[in-house]
Amino acid sequence: MTAEMPDARGGPGVTDRDSTMLLRTEGLTRHFRIGNTLSRGILHAVDDVSLAIGERQIVALAGESGSGKSTVARLLAKLYRPTSGEIYFQGKPLSAIRSRKDVLRYRGEVPMVFQDPFASINPVFRVSHGVMRSLKLHRPELSPHERRAEAERVFEAVGLAPAAEVLQRFPHELSGGQRQRVGFAQALALRPKLILADEPVSMLDVSIRIGLLNLMAKLRDEQGVSILYITHDIASARYVADRLIIMYAARIAEQGPTEEVLARPKHPYTQLLLSAVPDPRAPLNIGSETDRGEPPRVINPVPGCRFRWRCPLAIDECQTVTPELSELGPDHEAACHVARSGAEVRAFG
Amino acid sequence: MSSPGNEVGGAVTAAQTADAVLTVRDLAVEYLLEGGTVRAVDGVSFDLSPGEFLGVVGESGCGKSTLLFAIAQLLVAPAEITGGSVVFRGQSMVGLTDRQLAAIRWKDLSVVMQSAMNALNPVKTIAAQFKDAMRAHGMTSKQEVADRSAEVLRMVGIDPVHLKSYPHQLSGGMRQRSMIAMALLLTPELVIMDEPTSALDVVAQRSLMVQIKELQEQLGFAVIFVTHDMSLVSHFSDRLMVMYAGRVDEFGPTRQVFDSPLHPYTIGLMEAFPSIRGPRVPLTGIPGSPPNLASPPPGCRFAPRCPKVMTRCREETPELYHVNGTLVRCFLQAGEGDGEQ
Repeated sequence: MTAEMPDARGGPGVTDRDSTMLLRTEGLTRHFRIGNTLSRGILHAVDDVSLAIGERQIVALAGESGSGKSTVARLLAKLYRPTSGEIYFQGKPLSAIRSRKDVLRYRGEVPMVFQDPFASINPVFRVSHGVMRSLKLHRPELSPHERRAEAERVFEAVGLAPAAEVLQRFPHELSGGQRQRVGFAQALALRPKLILADEPVSMLDVSIRIGLLNLMAKLRDEQGVSILYITHDIASARYVADRLIIMYAARIAEQGPTEEVLARPKHPYTQLLLSAVPDPRAPLNIGSETDRGEPPRVINPVPGCRFRWRCPLAIDECQTVTPELSELGPDHEAACHVARSGAEVRAFG
Repeated sequence: MSSPGNEVGGAVTAAQTADAVLTVRDLAVEYLLEGGTVRAVDGVSFDLSPGEFLGVVGESGCGKSTLLFAIAQLLVAPAEITGGSVVFRGQSMVGLTDRQLAAIRWKDLSVVMQSAMNALNPVKTIAAQFKDAMRAHGMTSKQEVADRSAEVLRMVGIDPVHLKSYPHQLSGGMRQRSMIAMALLLTPELVIMDEPTSALDVVAQRSLMVQIKELQEQLGFAVIFVTHDMSLVSHFSDRLMVMYAGRVDEFGPTRQVFDSPLHPYTIGLMEAFPSIRGPRVPLTGIPGSPPNLASPPPGCRFAPRCPKVMTRCREETPELYHVNGTLVRCFLQAGEGDGEQ
């Protein structure tokens, strides 16, 4: 990673426009009780996560499997209740949303798109079924004719043309990429403010993925929606996201504007992640590659940095004090004692 | 043999194949379905030298896994080898009985499957599964079995205490490593790997790839590595085979394919990866999707998605042309070199 990123804004419409806040979390935490009577444990899936998503913004949430990124999405979708902490949507706390009507409206404003397009669409109905049903449920004011027109509009918007024809197909008649577009169309029909997309392209073939990433950028630019893009693929996050959040073992390790984080990664884990991305254009660099570690399962954790076992730079403080996020660059935060002390962090890559 | 460009050809002389550990010629695999046959692998030919690392890349449904299964004789009905040959260490693999195959598997050729979660027996410890494989090949001394089990586990960077572990007690990365350890128990000459890293994170993926490469250099086995992610093998494979819709579209030394891809499909694949470094440029991917092999398009199978398609491409099937040591199935390269036939 060199600092010369000549035109950070030359990408596919990624902007750093000043964005009004859409959703933010404060100390969001979710624990699960696991085990049986003989061995009990508390699994910390999400610990003390404070993040913000602006309007018309794509925020990438990246990390290894088990780092808690999907749990964050489910908390934001109100599928789980936080153990502690709060989520504010357009300034209002989510815990205050209780009535069925309000929950329904929130789910319409913040829908999810799932990872597996083969499992997330009912195979026995035409693809129109899902869109029409959710329109009926979430926008009852529409007449049947208007519903049909709206379904066609969202199908066109996600690039499923001719919409009238595609709506009549069954899921098995569509390719994986088309099915995932159906997922986005269903979300879009609800006139969402924020789409929670959990690994939406990881099941798709490489040649198809870019089309979906471009679609996400288009939905942001043309429909004005924000997207929380959950992924383990940093390169695709860089391609499409305005902001990048790196999670490690249930906590945020680092966050900031995508180019800033990738050009000047402060957290050793971010550096490790970047060094591991295969890049056919770069020469192989095995020498620096010594990490054979794995992310810990966070059960009954003790204080201290959760990356310390893998970190070549760990100091005494890391063994005992959990590092908090601190601002280390413009709008750029990392949770690392070494980086905060002002030292140059160069752990991997 | 070592001169790339000679590995596929109509007339293969004995000299050319003598030192190959595996020779595949015009292999065709068909799925015999009610509605007709689906040719999933269509005329694939290559030689594999001892100790060579061959990467096979392609999208889902391109036939890459079917090719592996055909080589390892793991096809089950309705899939069937309908043409061509697979010769492993001078012996034809097609038509061997189960007993003959059992003598080869693990010992001379082993397979590492995509999902170690499903490939390992959940109710047996790692040690018990290792023991099964060794016993089947006549290694019965308890001490020998225990020593070898610990040795291969150490080789892949797992503490031998995990011999007593059940698969569910290991992380995904450790399960995948123990599958690889098991594949190496009897020091085979060929290890076939079907997307062994696809369930892993980038960091774990990277360290597993480095480890496979180290072991391969140390022990000298040949590898056929199938993946949908061509950037993954870019630094590890000696040669790269790009498959599309059941056929080989491009085949050559890995670095050369990456540095100067010739087939529009390969070029499209390379441009479908956003880069982590360098300037951020808008990408387009490849429009459309791979063809349905039950009714493949006539002529070049990539023609419907190809940005450089010509009339000819929709009518005739291009052969594999030799271009600077690479084989490429594209009429655009027809003038650059000589056709293979």
